[in-house]
Amino acid sequence: MTRYIRRASVFCLLLLVALLVNSARVMIFEADSLDDNPANRRNTIARYAQPRGNILVDGKTVTGSRNTGEQLRYERTYKKGPLYAPVTGYASQVYGTSLLEYAEDDILSGTDPMLAPLPLFNDLTRSQQPAGNVATTINAAAQKAAYSGLAGRRGAVAALDPATGEILALVSSPSYDPGAIAGTDAATTSAWKRLNGSPSQPMLNRAIRQTYPPGSTFKIVTAAAALDSGVVSDVDEPTETPSPWRLPDTSTLLQNEARGCEDASLADAIRVSCNTVMAKIGVQVGLKGMVSAARKFGFNDAGVRIPSSVSRSNFDTDMDRSQLALSSIGQFNTTATPLQMAMVSAAVANGGVLMAPHLVERTTDKHGNTVAQTGSKAYRQAMNPATAVQLQQMMQDVVDFGTGTNAQIPDVIVGGKTGTAQHGVGNKGAPYAWFISWARAPEAGNAEVAVAVVVEDASANRSDISGGGSAAPIARDVMEAALNSAER
Amino acid sequence: MTGSTGSTGSAGPTGPAGTGAGVGPPAVPALRLPRRRGTELVLIVLAVLLSVYGYCAVGLAKNGSVPPGAAGYGAGLGVLALVAHGAIRLRAPYADPLLLPIGVLLNGLGLVLIYRLDLETPDDQAAPTQLVWSTLGVALFIAVVIFVRDHRVLQRYAYLSAVAALFLMVLPIFFPAVNGARIWLRIGGFSIQPGEFAKVLLAIFFASYLAANRNALSYTGKKIWRFQLPTMRVFAPILVFWLISVGVLVLERDLGTSLLFFGLFIVMLYVATGRGSWIAIGLLLAAGGAVFVGALEPHVNSRVHDWLHPFASIDAGEGPGQLAQSLFAFAAGGMLGEGLGAGHSILIGFAAKSDFILATAGEELGLVGLTAIFLLYALLVERGYRAGLALRDPFGRLLAIGIASIVALQVFVIAGGVMGLIPLTGMAMPFLAQGGSSVVTNWIIVALLVRISDSARDQLLPDEALEAHR
Repeated sequence: MTRYIRRASVFCLLLLVALLVNSARVMIFEADSLDDNPANRRNTIARYAQPRGNILVDGKTVTGSRNTGEQLRYERTYKKGPLYAPVTGYASQVYGTSLLEYAEDDILSGTDPMLAPLPLFNDLTRSQQPAGNVATTINAAAQKAAYSGLAGRRGAVAALDPATGEILALVSSPSYDPGAIAGTDAATTSAWKRLNGSPSQPMLNRAIRQTYPPGSTFKIVTAAAALDSGVVSDVDEPTETPSPWRLPDTSTLLQNEARGCEDASLADAIRVSCNTVMAKIGVQVGLKGMVSAARKFGFNDAGVRIPSSVSRSNFDTDMDRSQLALSSIGQFNTTATPLQMAMVSAAVANGGVLMAPHLVERTTDKHGNTVAQTGSKAYRQAMNPATAVQLQQMMQDVVDFGTGTNAQIPDVIVGGKTGTAQHGVGNKGAPYAWFISWARAPEAGNAEVAVAVVVEDASANRSDISGGGSAAPIARDVMEAALNSAER
Repeated sequence: MTGSTGSTGSAGPTGPAGTGAGVGPPAVPALRLPRRRGTELVLIVLAVLLSVYGYCAVGLAKNGSVPPGAAGYGAGLGVLALVAHGAIRLRAPYADPLLLPIGVLLNGLGLVLIYRLDLETPDDQAAPTQLVWSTLGVALFIAVVIFVRDHRVLQRYAYLSAVAALFLMVLPIFFPAVNGARIWLRIGGFSIQPGEFAKVLLAIFFASYLAANRNALSYTGKKIWRFQLPTMRVFAPILVFWLISVGVLVLERDLGTSLLFFGLFIVMLYVATGRGSWIAIGLLLAAGGAVFVGALEPHVNSRVHDWLHPFASIDAGEGPGQLAQSLFAFAAGGMLGEGLGAGHSILIGFAAKSDFILATAGEELGLVGLTAIFLLYALLVERGYRAGLALRDPFGRLLAIGIASIVALQVFVIAGGVMGLIPLTGMAMPFLAQGGSSVVTNWIIVALLVRISDSARDQLLPDEALEAHR
């Protein structure tokens, strides 16, 4: 019997060996794929086990974290959520992240290896590293001015520091409170449904994700192309343009809203916003020249990141001459984001060099030590420096004597350009009011702020809509706020 | 698990010098092993301290403070262990000194794991109930050690055991099914799983019957090809009885226990008769039965499907099932574990404290801790086998092998199930899992092993036992 007992014990030993081998298989060899299985809640639980890092504006946090005591422990909160939603985006336990919350998620959730004191240190201790913070370039005063200027009307504002590319304001209206969709409860679900179903699209970031026909503000690009290419050498020379002007190869007559456009010079055409002159000049520059000029300002670039991705602004590359004429005054298929038009204004203000727009100044660890810093760097040379100087003067004239007088600020040099963009089938939709501008104190060498404002006020009468009337006062307030806080 | 290199009963005159207190009365000529009760005491204290340490670790990880009940928990477990120890000193002084400490450590660890999971389910506190059951288990342990003076007494009750086992197994049929299995008795607030007790009774019956009919089973009967069959007159009663047991369990959908009974029967038959053909026939029958049941019974069929495709429910968009969650938990543990209280095995759901308790151990103690737990079980089994080898009476040998094999098979079936090695069958991890009947039964098993090992290590057995030794 002893022999059989020994054999039976060997059988038990085999059972043990099978268990141990199987344990090693599951816990060591297949562990990685099991850990990374999307249905495994552990990564999600770990993600919310500690407070999320904060997003800072002017050194103060505009976000927070709330301990819910639930399985997903910390929930995102927002201070002045609607004001900063186009900057922060949302961080939701159910719906994921967007905008800065998405682009800087590694820092904010604490998973960025750069946050670890030593490589592999956290693997060793099995502890989570504390989340880092993201300091934005946003100027709180400018942001507030833009938000209250829009006052709930549909539209957007983008403001830049032309010399550095720092984004000073990024506002989309109407907005929403991202805190309402941060958690996991039923209120979150209903808020998400309500926000997504709303016809006013409050979660759409109109400043960087919506493109509009830029209308007459695009004439700045056309003027830069004309001056750079030599099509126009003297901005005050009459251009021999009839008013109205017949679009090339068609019988369609292009009208002007403004008076005094017949034979107007380039400077006058910008100041009072003549369609005929600028359309004709665009055709003279030619498709190749216009496309190249638009590209230098950032059109047709789908890769702009601030670090949130910016929708591609469009200037068609294949058009006949009549389409080119319309495109040159910001109509036809030409579309631009508000940020794109702020870049146009900033390039002019910065002597032709367009700086790469960016929203993040630096990222830090929990203790404020810098993890990464976003340096200022040139995006493109948008135009010759001499062209920029000429355009600056023309834009100044717009504000001093032209369509943009609503943007005047006492004792400050302001340049601007109005736009009223028609859209819809047969241009029946309510037009968009545009204003792009820059400002500098007289003693300053450079402009300190460039702004683009668009107001898509569907409820207003068509005749009331004009860039100078609706959009310029908002731009003025934003510039003023930016300049005042810069002095301090 | 085998003690194949150790002394086997008739071996050396004395073991190495005792390490603990209480080296036995000197020199009854060359037959007794050292008592080693002091060793047992030290190991018990270690086991209690380890459990209290685990209890504190859970509290520190979850709330940042030592749980208020730590002292009481330690004292309770300590008192239980010491009383049991006293009973052994009194009535089984030569018993194997490892058995009780292993029981205390596994039971203590089980209480820690259940307490730890209780923290995630404030509305469902299982640890206090489990402590009550553990106390009852230790009380029965003491009763067995004190009142069963000689294991051979049990042989007398073989048929009574058989009838009692069958009764206990049939009883739940008259009660409503719980979670698909008809294996529970609900009386008042308590639920009892009578099949747990039946295991031990059945082992007693098998051991007794096989010991009595060993020779008849080995040497007679027809030969078909290479298989020597026993005479049906001897074999039929036990076969019939066994078939009824398994049949009842299948009816009740207690798949784990039917698998356990099957394995137990084969192992004991093999040890008693030494015929490998039994194993071959048994495995053939098992394979046939498994395929048959697996194909026809929807409950079993779904278990097999889950085993083959643990992530099917995820792909179907229904989220991970129990087995997938269990595998996630084990994987999260990795080599060293998340630490007690730091895991998320509660995601497994309702069976986390019972059938899936091992997943919590795996996640929070890691492969290292899990291996330690497996080795504790292995040691328990090995000590049972060693006692079996050392004994000379066939009944005692078969009983020791039988109940040790119950532990081995049960650990394999449930651990293999929750880790995806074999299809999952609902069973309790001995001592660790929530479940009163289970914890009580396992204390009885340890008590029987203590009783048997006492006889095995105290070689002053009557001479007639010697003749059984081949």
